[in-house]
Amino acid sequence: MLAKIREFFALRQVLEVETPVLGHAIGTDPELDFFTTQYRVASVHNKMFLQTSPEFAMKRLLAAGSGSIYQICKAFRQGESGRFHNPEFTILEWYRLDFDLQQLMDETASLLIELLDATLSINKIEKISYQSVFKRYTGIDPINAELTDFIACAKLYGLPEAEYICGNNISCWLDFLFSHRVQPALAKQTLYLVYGYPACQAALARLNPDNAGVAERFEVFINGVELANGYHELTCFKEQSVRFKRDLTIRKSRGEEDLQPDQRLLAALEQGLPDCSGIAIGLDRVLMLATDMTHIDKVLSFAMQRA
Amino acid sequence: MASYSTNEFKAGLKIILDNDPCSIIENEFVKPGKGQAFSRVKIRNLKTGRVIERTFKSGESVESADVIEIEMQYLYHDGEFWHFMVPDTFEQYSADAKAVGEAKLWLKDQDMCTVTLWNDAPLLVSPPNFVELKITDTDPGVRGDTSGGGVKPATLETGVVVRVPLFVQLGEMIKVDTRSGEYVSRAK
Repeated sequence: MLAKIREFFALRQVLEVETPVLGHAIGTDPELDFFTTQYRVASVHNKMFLQTSPEFAMKRLLAAGSGSIYQICKAFRQGESGRFHNPEFTILEWYRLDFDLQQLMDETASLLIELLDATLSINKIEKISYQSVFKRYTGIDPINAELTDFIACAKLYGLPEAEYICGNNISCWLDFLFSHRVQPALAKQTLYLVYGYPACQAALARLNPDNAGVAERFEVFINGVELANGYHELTCFKEQSVRFKRDLTIRKSRGEEDLQPDQRLLAALEQGLPDCSGIAIGLDRVLMLATDMTHIDKVLSFAMQRA
Repeated sequence: MASYSTNEFKAGLKIILDNDPCSIIENEFVKPGKGQAFSRVKIRNLKTGRVIERTFKSGESVESADVIEIEMQYLYHDGEFWHFMVPDTFEQYSADAKAVGEAKLWLKDQDMCTVTLWNDAPLLVSPPNFVELKITDTDPGVRGDTSGGGVKPATLETGVVVRVPLFVQLGEMIKVDTRSGEYVSRAK
């Protein structure tokens, strides 16, 4: 699989890079927990972070003029363990200069088809907006729905506990209904490219210039499994600073440890990140699908419990 | 009261849900790449036997249930309660009709069975998968029929009626599968 991926990018003249797994800063996303460690030089102890994704380092390369790049690397996420999660996992991440979301979706689909078609015989590629697919399987409009609509919807589908879990957090409601109602309902053997996530779930994507309610973000699903997450990248230094601050406020309100935004990423954005789109794919999950395994442990040499 | 975090959830763990003791059958960690983590859990209500699905917020704590399963010997039925004893300690427990349920059809004095205790009180009595019981009433067998397809009803010593092959006789011991209530063989 790795050889096929490298061939795919060599053909397209995308440069393979390596960036540090251990860094001085970390992403601020409130839903991503991380591993920390210490770097000791004489008596000075520096707190270091195992990266949750190579995104920030790769964007610094892009800002420095690398051109389109890709990387296959390990990433670490604290507390994520289950049938589709291992705290240490493998990411394929790439960035394409001057690509818009459509172009990146097409390229992602070509790569996944190449990697998976032999075993899965994917017979359909469906590009669908988040709004349509959400409406199709829940009956409500994710962009314009009110809190009461979400509550009624959860009750209708026998998920009354959602109200206790999500309260008035709209983003949580979207995640809850999407993972409980939409994902399991997606047709098999179809490659779904779900685009146009609600603005509250923009993460590091830019907002749609014609419709600020939607972010230029897409995700890939096959057989109900979330495989990849892509953005038309946010390049605006100011907007990025605001989002960092918002994340940190949420973290603080939850009583989580204080973080500093990655100053080196901000400096790179300030200097200028070229217009680009980027995506990360969970390669362990691709391998699960390629080998028809139902647990991630089956495609890892030694899963967390035995690492 | 002790509690478990969803991170500790695994099959067999006993928790309290909606005031009832439950056993976890399966726990699925659900987390969108950029979103809230949940635990989607399949749970059996030990009181009703019903299986339900429930989602918890990842990291949420749930009260543990003091539920254990013990092998006990069935002693006797006093008209209202069924009495059991732990062979090692001679400790005795009495279970009501609700806890004994269908198991009463298969309980014979001295037989071993599994009693589930919740807060030290019998919650559920499970008979062994196979029991050997004597036939106390059935029509006479048909001579010459050794294995044919025909069946007839037979009342066993506990009062339960099962369908047995025609060649099985009054007074014989037979082996029965308590999960299906079906005749297995003559007891050896």
